[in-house]
Amino acid sequence: MKKIIHILGAALLLLISWQALVLLGGWNEALLPSPARTAAGFNELLADGILVADIQSSLSRFALGYLSSVLLAIALGLILGWYQQIWAFLNPIAQVLRPISPMAWLPFIVLFFGIGEMPALVIIFIAAFFPVLLATVAAVRNISPVYLKVARNFGIRQPAILTKIVLPAVFPSIATGLHLALGTAWVFLVAGEMVGAQSGLGFPHH
Amino acid sequence: MSYIEIHDAVREFPGKDAPFRALDHVNLTIERGEFICLLGPSGCGKSTLLNAVAGFDQLDEGSIRIAGQPVTQPSLKHVTIFQNYGLLPWRTVAKNVELGLESMGMPPAERQQIAEKYLELVGLADFRHRHPAELSGGMQQRVAIARALAVDPDILFMDEPFAALDALTRMKLQDEISSICREQHKTILFVTHDIDESIVLADRVVIMTPNPGRIKTIVRVDLAGRRDRTSPDFLHIRDHIFTEFAMKPADQTEYYI
Ligand SMILES: Nc1ncnc2c1ncn2[C@@H]1O[C@H](COP(=O)(O)OP(=O)(O)OP(=O)(O)O)[C@@H](O)[C@H]1O
Ligand SMILES: [Mg+2]
Repeated sequence: MKKIIHILGAALLLLISWQALVLLGGWNEALLPSPARTAAGFNELLADGILVADIQSSLSRFALGYLSSVLLAIALGLILGWYQQIWAFLNPIAQVLRPISPMAWLPFIVLFFGIGEMPALVIIFIAAFFPVLLATVAAVRNISPVYLKVARNFGIRQPAILTKIVLPAVFPSIATGLHLALGTAWVFLVAGEMVGAQSGLGFPHH
Repeated sequence: MSYIEIHDAVREFPGKDAPFRALDHVNLTIERGEFICLLGPSGCGKSTLLNAVAGFDQLDEGSIRIAGQPVTQPSLKHVTIFQNYGLLPWRTVAKNVELGLESMGMPPAERQQIAEKYLELVGLADFRHRHPAELSGGMQQRVAIARALAVDPDILFMDEPFAALDALTRMKLQDEISSICREQHKTILFVTHDIDESIVLADRVVIMTPNPGRIKTIVRVDLAGRRDRTSPDFLHIRDHIFTEFAMKPADQTEYYI
């Protein structure tokens, strides 16, 4: 109950500040519409079905980019976490690529994939990929050696080591990585759609 | 030929200048059904020796044979119980006990039955659906013991299994493991740095010294049945071991057994 009051209060505060800004600033309505105008526009988009279609295409694009990214990242992360000699060579590369903002890849993305559907997908893919990859590699490396000793002692071999020991041991850390990546990828969805997509939440309607 | 034969075991680890000798020409033979305690201060190579005999680690020189076969890897017949229990936190107590049985290709019904039997033996049948994190340290170690016994191993290796427990729980578990292992005729190699624990448990106490890791002496404990920690015989042996560690003032009367 209290929580609802907090949320309503926050919404009210936001609306008042917004309206005050519009009244005091006196900017062009087209650049900074008032809350009422925005609500009307929102209704229009909703009535046209454009908004629903946009949400749908954004969501499916997001799902495709995110899922393909995390599946690949988890699979690669499991392999690279297990074979640390390989990871030793790839780790520096990952560390260099990781801090690059997904948006900074844009010129290359447009070069390789053109404009349209692909840039948004690829940006979501990149945004989700590194957090999940690094979380998975770290999780595999941090598996307590005693679990692996117990597995050896009790005659557990691959692929049972993967299913009985590695996957359950790394699951909590990967779940955290997935959660983080979900937030990051969503932020870049709209940005990605501004590059030539013909639909979606980032595609401007006038 | 003895059951376990450790012959001239040398294990070195890379050091700053020279390699560090964790085991220096260690010789030890153990008979079937014996309960052996490795006793010594930190760093004397107890875990190193145990890991080599259990097949987790290889020697640099010398050999280890069990029933005539050289040890090259761990085996379901020789189960190790670790100090931090090594339970899988995502499995229930019962599923932890079934772990080793799964590799033996046993049908689920039979696995459950065996797990049940050993959980009963360690007094935890009522906790079978709990997860390890919901149990006390002593209970977790009991689960680890049940899991080890469930595969009916010939040898149990234990590396300070009770070190993290409070004194009373520890004594209780010492009595339990002692009677269980003797009833089931297991051969035990048990690492500890607790002198009393070694006397309660062992047929022979192997006293090790560090730098480099060596066996100093072996003390036979001729106490029958359940051991009374306050009996004169017990204190006598205790005294003797203290003397071996040179932890008694020199002018005291010496006892020999
Ligand atoms: N993997 C390793 N790499 C380098 N040195 C090691 C390694 N394992 C053990 N040592 C060294 O070998 C010596 C013996 O170690 P070990 O673990 O066998 O001692 P311990 O008797 O079990 O001691 P504690 O009672 O503290 O467990 C120690 O000095 C330790 O530093
Ligand atoms: Mg040790």
